[in-house]
Amino acid sequence: MDNNIAVSMKHITKAFGTKVVANKDVSMDIRKGEILALLGENGSGKTTLMNMLSGIYHQDSGQIFVEGQEVHITSPKDAYELGIGMIHQHFKLVDVLTATENVALGMDKKKAKNNRVIAKAIEEICDKYGFDVDPKKKVYNMTVSQKQTLEIVKTLYRGANILILDEPTAVLTPQETDKLFAVLRNMKADGKSIIIITHKLHEVLAISDRVSILRKGEYIGTVKTSEATVQSLTEMMVGQKVELDIERPEVENKELRLQIEHLTCLDKYGVTALDDVSLDAFSGEILGIAGISGSGQKQLLESIAGLQEAQPGSSIVYINPETGAKEQIIGKDVTQIKKMGVALSFVPEDRLGMGLVGTMGMTDNMMLRSYKKGHSIFADRKAPHDLAVKVKEELEVVTPGLQTPVRRLSGGNVQKVLVGREIAAQPTVLMAAYAVRGLDINTSYTIYRLLNEEKKKGTAVIYVGEDLDVLLALCDRIAVLCDGKLNGVVDARTATKEEVGELMTHLKEEGVSADDGNDK
Amino acid sequence: MVGFVSLFQQAVVFGTIIMFGAVGEIITEKSGNLNLGVPGIMYLGGISSLIGVFFYENSTDNPNKFVCVLIALLCAFLASAFGGLIFSFLTITLRANQNVTGLTLTIFGSGVANFFGGSLNQLSGGVGQLRVPVTSDAFRIQIPGLSSMNNIIGELFFRYGWLVYVAIVVAILAQVFLSKSRAGLNLRAVGENPATADAAGINVTLYKYLATCIGAGISGLGGLYYVMDFTQGKWANDGTLEGLGWLAVALVIFTTWRPKNAIWGSYLFGLLYWVYMYIVGISRASQELFKMLPYVVTIIVLIIISLRKKRENQPPEALGLSYFREDR
Repeated sequence: MDNNIAVSMKHITKAFGTKVVANKDVSMDIRKGEILALLGENGSGKTTLMNMLSGIYHQDSGQIFVEGQEVHITSPKDAYELGIGMIHQHFKLVDVLTATENVALGMDKKKAKNNRVIAKAIEEICDKYGFDVDPKKKVYNMTVSQKQTLEIVKTLYRGANILILDEPTAVLTPQETDKLFAVLRNMKADGKSIIIITHKLHEVLAISDRVSILRKGEYIGTVKTSEATVQSLTEMMVGQKVELDIERPEVENKELRLQIEHLTCLDKYGVTALDDVSLDAFSGEILGIAGISGSGQKQLLESIAGLQEAQPGSSIVYINPETGAKEQIIGKDVTQIKKMGVALSFVPEDRLGMGLVGTMGMTDNMMLRSYKKGHSIFADRKAPHDLAVKVKEELEVVTPGLQTPVRRLSGGNVQKVLVGREIAAQPTVLMAAYAVRGLDINTSYTIYRLLNEEKKKGTAVIYVGEDLDVLLALCDRIAVLCDGKLNGVVDARTATKEEVGELMTHLKEEGVSADDGNDK
Repeated sequence: MVGFVSLFQQAVVFGTIIMFGAVGEIITEKSGNLNLGVPGIMYLGGISSLIGVFFYENSTDNPNKFVCVLIALLCAFLASAFGGLIFSFLTITLRANQNVTGLTLTIFGSGVANFFGGSLNQLSGGVGQLRVPVTSDAFRIQIPGLSSMNNIIGELFFRYGWLVYVAIVVAILAQVFLSKSRAGLNLRAVGENPATADAAGINVTLYKYLATCIGAGISGLGGLYYVMDFTQGKWANDGTLEGLGWLAVALVIFTTWRPKNAIWGSYLFGLLYWVYMYIVGISRASQELFKMLPYVVTIIVLIIISLRKKRENQPPEALGLSYFREDR
């Protein structure tokens, strides 16, 4: 076996349940002293694959070799002992403890040293690779970038030679990203192997030596970064266009329904999540929103629904279909938006988190939308019950009974309940995010059919999706978000998959700067 | 002055009971387990020690003081730790709701204790006849030398049974354990963020079990002290101990989860609770108002904490939540 190979994965397959295959027969190598980028769309199985290296999941079949020896990694501890450390997107740090204490956590008795020794070791690691960590600082006082640095230092302190970083730049500013990349290059020079999971092409080109590409859980190939281009990588990432048999009815007399101008929002960390987005939505149209997850889709939908605070200068104007009156949505809360007569139905990404109450049955969940109706002090249970019956029959919801907690239904049925309820409210604007996530083909088509029916009724449908084939087949127009910016709006009838893929991963203005960072 | 000295003495005795309860509960809560069964656990500790020494004293003509103390301590600690074990099994292994389980444990503990307390009373010939004189005396031995000081210092600080000082030592040890030791650090991590602790290779389940059982054992010593020193070996089904248990839970919040604060905090609670005795011309109804003071102070502390927003003063982040590795 090649001495230069640090980790070798052979024929790895991992499935969740019976339907979802996250990784299918993936084989790849990681060499010593290289930075390997693992590239793929959302849901292509990048993180799952790496979680098997770091001991969070175990493969169903296939083998992993470290330094030529076959290994069985069953826990994060095993991975640490093999010198594999992973920096997750959600940092594994205890907020009220100091940097040193976090590093010391869970150390074996044999290796346990007092905090002063550990603090010194932290400083040594920092000096060696150019990190900047204050050992006495509490984690809750740290910025996201400092927390990430601490995670890397922690991993290095535990003797990791193979570092896996799961979308490390998602939470960083461009300056912080540059700093991180400089550190990664230092570590590479020291002989460490680094795997960076990402879907940002310019970063792949800037930092990596080789790129391995996954698509829908399958290994597509590995190329040398120096021989790759944005176009060639996009092609490998999105693959050939798949023809889907989704209906796309034509609707006459489209009217402007929503007018978004200069919408800027911050996420919960105070980082700009949506940057100066201007976009129109028309009735009788399905507007697709494409983008890597976390590009601002959530903020966009929530701003329209009145759940997200917008920065000054933002404007969302709703045009009333009956009177033609223009009404500003920003600054109003959810109930006010409702009272204005604006019927915005929102199918949130997290079905059980925001849309439905898991422990309540279908009828009660229907009532969540209608409890304010009527003048009696008693809630009207009749109408929600009828609606629940109607949704159950029309959408073929499989449930033991209307009172069965929706938590116990399968994902597809939960989704049907939610969509059915939203559509029953006869919205003028219907927003659906990842409406078919985790659903089988038949249920997905039912959802597409429902959305198309809404479109024909003159509803402005905004559909956030992750499958480009579906977006291209279902939508009329596709707005592509990249890093919180609107990177382009394309006509879904004529656009190619590559075109959309490139818009998703590659900000137009940054086309030049990305190549600057590439030192080869 | 005389009034203050006796108020202070009452406050210390009263405070010691809840100090044990609170220190034990702090250790439990630091593991992320909110055990609202403290009153029940204190009942278990009290009645078990009483049962143990009652049979020992009645079985021998010449009970040994040292053996009496040993039996009482062991019975109290083990029975309370068993209460903690029930709670641990239900909430950690079976992932039952912690609030409900804790409240149930309180009802269970007081029921068991009052049932056997009544039986003991009957065995000894009626309410008020129950006596365990040797043990009770043994627990009320004061520090030799220091207790005979006939000045204000002696009266204020050295007129108590030795468990009062044990409580302070336990609180200090708990503080050192939590803030200085490696196991204490790991325990805090478990209570703050069990997923992180798990990823760092800490056995979350083991830590939770041990902290909850040992914490309950310490809480139970409060019940022991109540029975042996405060009521001098008698048993009355009057529910006083339950009230004290809830005060201990309030004290945990008051201390912002720091055992060292429980030392003065418990005495302060005692002062506030008994101060009505020393206010002239107060009606019975107003007395009850005064007894509310410890709770009022706790609420004020809560408000101040939440206004200051200092992260160190917040409860452990995962308090009250059960941990399951696959819930990622």
